[in-house]
Amino acid sequence: MTLPGLFRAALFFAALTALPFVLTAHWIVNLGVFTLIYAGLASAWNLVGGLAGYPSLGHAAFFGAGAYAEAIYFQHRDVGADGLTPFFVLPLVGAAVAVLGLAVGWIAMRTRSDVFAIVTITLLFVAQTLAFNLNSITGGSQGIGMPGAPFDVDSYERPFYLVLVIILAFAMGATWAAMRSGVGLSLRAVAADEQRARGIGVHVTGVKLLAFAVSVGIAGMIGAVWAYYVSFVYPQFAIDPLITIGMVLMAYLGGRGTLWGPVLGALILVPAQQYLAYQYGATQLYLIAYAAVFLLIMLLMPRGILPSLSHLLRRRAARASEPADQTPADAVPTAEEMVR
Amino acid sequence: MTALLEVDHLTKRFGGVTAVDDCSFTADGGAITGLIGPNGSGKTTVFNLVTGYLRADSGRIAFAGHAFTRPDPAALYRRGLSRTFQQARIFPELCALDNLIVAAGHPWRSLFAPRRGKADTARARALLDEFGLAAHGEHPAGSLSYGQRKLLEFASVLMSEPKLVLLDEPTAGVTPSLVATMERHIRRRHAAGIGFLIVEHDMNLVMRLCDPVIVLDRGARIAAGPPDAVRADPAVLDAYLGD
Amino acid sequence: MHTVIQALILGVLTGGVYALMASGQTLIFGVMKVVNLAQGALVIAGAYLSYSLFTSLGLDPFVSILVTTPVLFGAGAGLQWLFLRPLREQDRAELSLLVTFAVALGIEGVLSVTYKTTYHTIQTGYADSSFTAGGYQISAVRLYAFVLSVAMLGLLYLLLERTRFGRAIRATVQNPESARLLGVNAHAVAAVGFGLGAATAAAAGAVYGLLYSFNSGSHYDLISRLLSIVVLGGLGSIGGSIVGALAMGVIASLVAALGPPIWSDFSFFVVLLAVLLIRPRGLFGASLRGAL
Repeated sequence: MTLPGLFRAALFFAALTALPFVLTAHWIVNLGVFTLIYAGLASAWNLVGGLAGYPSLGHAAFFGAGAYAEAIYFQHRDVGADGLTPFFVLPLVGAAVAVLGLAVGWIAMRTRSDVFAIVTITLLFVAQTLAFNLNSITGGSQGIGMPGAPFDVDSYERPFYLVLVIILAFAMGATWAAMRSGVGLSLRAVAADEQRARGIGVHVTGVKLLAFAVSVGIAGMIGAVWAYYVSFVYPQFAIDPLITIGMVLMAYLGGRGTLWGPVLGALILVPAQQYLAYQYGATQLYLIAYAAVFLLIMLLMPRGILPSLSHLLRRRAARASEPADQTPADAVPTAEEMVR
Repeated sequence: MTALLEVDHLTKRFGGVTAVDDCSFTADGGAITGLIGPNGSGKTTVFNLVTGYLRADSGRIAFAGHAFTRPDPAALYRRGLSRTFQQARIFPELCALDNLIVAAGHPWRSLFAPRRGKADTARARALLDEFGLAAHGEHPAGSLSYGQRKLLEFASVLMSEPKLVLLDEPTAGVTPSLVATMERHIRRRHAAGIGFLIVEHDMNLVMRLCDPVIVLDRGARIAAGPPDAVRADPAVLDAYLGD
Repeated sequence: MHTVIQALILGVLTGGVYALMASGQTLIFGVMKVVNLAQGALVIAGAYLSYSLFTSLGLDPFVSILVTTPVLFGAGAGLQWLFLRPLREQDRAELSLLVTFAVALGIEGVLSVTYKTTYHTIQTGYADSSFTAGGYQISAVRLYAFVLSVAMLGLLYLLLERTRFGRAIRATVQNPESARLLGVNAHAVAAVGFGLGAATAAAAGAVYGLLYSFNSGSHYDLISRLLSIVVLGGLGSIGGSIVGALAMGVIASLVAALGPPIWSDFSFFVVLLAVLLIRPRGLFGASLRGAL
């Protein structure tokens, strides 16, 4: 990433961090919390679905795993006088979910990406069934409660918001590190032509598993924060296909495989979704809305906003300067543009 | 002296068709070996079997003294055997330079280092220069012409400093000037110590460039030897013209 | 022993219905190389359609199939034409998964808005009756469902083997490039293939509505099972998916009879895992480790 790029990132995160101190209305910070949840999830998903080209349709299961882990752990434990203990265990939750992800990924990634999607969908459903039925562990359909946070009522959401900013920074940092290292290059080779990648010495299985483990670990941590935020974990909300759909849609909208795409997607869709929910109430309608937006993006702008924009800008620049034979006819954004 | 690559009694059947029939031959590390035969003689299938992209029904290969009953492309690559494909398989979304860097074949640990490491980048740029692709270094490989892609693919399999390179129809579908370019690159690399096994249809090229030449017909080896001998071999003429 | 055989019978009967659903899925995959994640939703849509026809017109579900199959055939062909055909060749494999997933969601959304989210089932007069044969009980509905599935599969077979269009479809499945060179209209084949897949879903849906209670969200459960079956049978082999469906039906039934019922739900996933670990290509499929 270039110096301007780093500067932009710093600016972005500074602004993000400052927001809850400046705009203190509850509904704004709450909106911020959910936007950050999805931005983090979408960024995490991007590692597997965007960089590696393996569209995981079961990430919600790992989100839920993190949520349940946190809730179960703190069900009968003290959250500490400052209420920060649940945040301090987050790295542990992340690591645990990542290990789970290694096991799952090892089985699920043995075949090509469409079978992978099958396995992950099935995984989601199995996880939900487990959550509903392992009453002794998960409380079944009654759910599990967590102690509420002893935060100041006026700025209740703020600690959650800030922790989520850190997680988002971590997710984006991981993505950025991947992109500028051999890991990202290997992942993109895998996404382009996995079989050939294997044949020229790319450590296919290794990088796939690494991406998957990190990706689900982050999702798990976000789930844990969410559990603490809502205080009560119900199976249908913790392991909800809509969560997967949301993060996938946001990654695609903004531009999957790019650094900022998922964040952009979340920034656009979460407020829109909350607004629609507020205006029209019914949850079911936004299933249709999601489906419609999804289909529109797939058909009209499959690369997402950022790559399409950069492609447009490059074409304009190329047309303005060089002779025609230097302009790639159907070019795809290069790694540099992705990381800008 | 055992040859660098030994192919031992490879057989592959697809349904009722025997594509490769008890095929055996060797390829030496110091030679440019040609593999020819009429259409349907099983040349590309043999390539796929040898490099592990297809599993043989029986037979084995040995490379650099190591026997493989179930060859694996990755393992072979690490030992110094690389191959190109007829359709010029490169990674279209990656730029040309990255296409080369990703093929460097380093161990796990180095993955976490910056991807454009000094040594790799220098070598990649040198290769791009050598193959006339320097101007396209940052362009996505998908935007290159077919001929340029073939050159890029060839360059990329050289990144790991292989001992033997299997070229699958390197001049298929390319312009005559590119044929000359390909030949030049092969010769130069051969002079630098790399062995080649080339499947080809261009007879003139094979006769000029390759020695020995192995001829397949209907999945089996029917002749092997210097180009002049093969050219005059009645069995070979029969295979191409007869039946 | 009696329990085991009873479970076997039940398993085969249920497996037959799954076979019908799975074969539609496999057909779509064969023709377009697309894993249709909306297959479950199409079945549920068929179930709802039959339900509506039953409650408003008193039409027996088995009869309603005459109406729902052409309707869903059209819907399927339309979906393919609207959402899958425009995808560029290179993106298709990857995006089709998400597109069909989005379609499934859309169908779920429409159904839940139309019918709300309460569970429904088609309660015909004979819904609870059963036969007894050789000391074993056979539910009437399940038997009829099985017979229907066999009949529809037979029809599908005839269609594919005996008609010119069926031949075009089979040619496309085996070798799309050659088929195109021989003048087969790839687009038409794709649309019809998808339509047929949706039509089988309609027929299966009528039966599903009779056998189970369902709501708009039931398609997740269903698609997971269908996918497990298809992976077991081998992606792309219709015969394989039939065998896989029967096998799964029997396994699930045996597990339910001999152990806690909840494990029966998991049996699908366990089998899926086992297949992926032992033989990823399934019983009859081509190798899954990436195409050459």
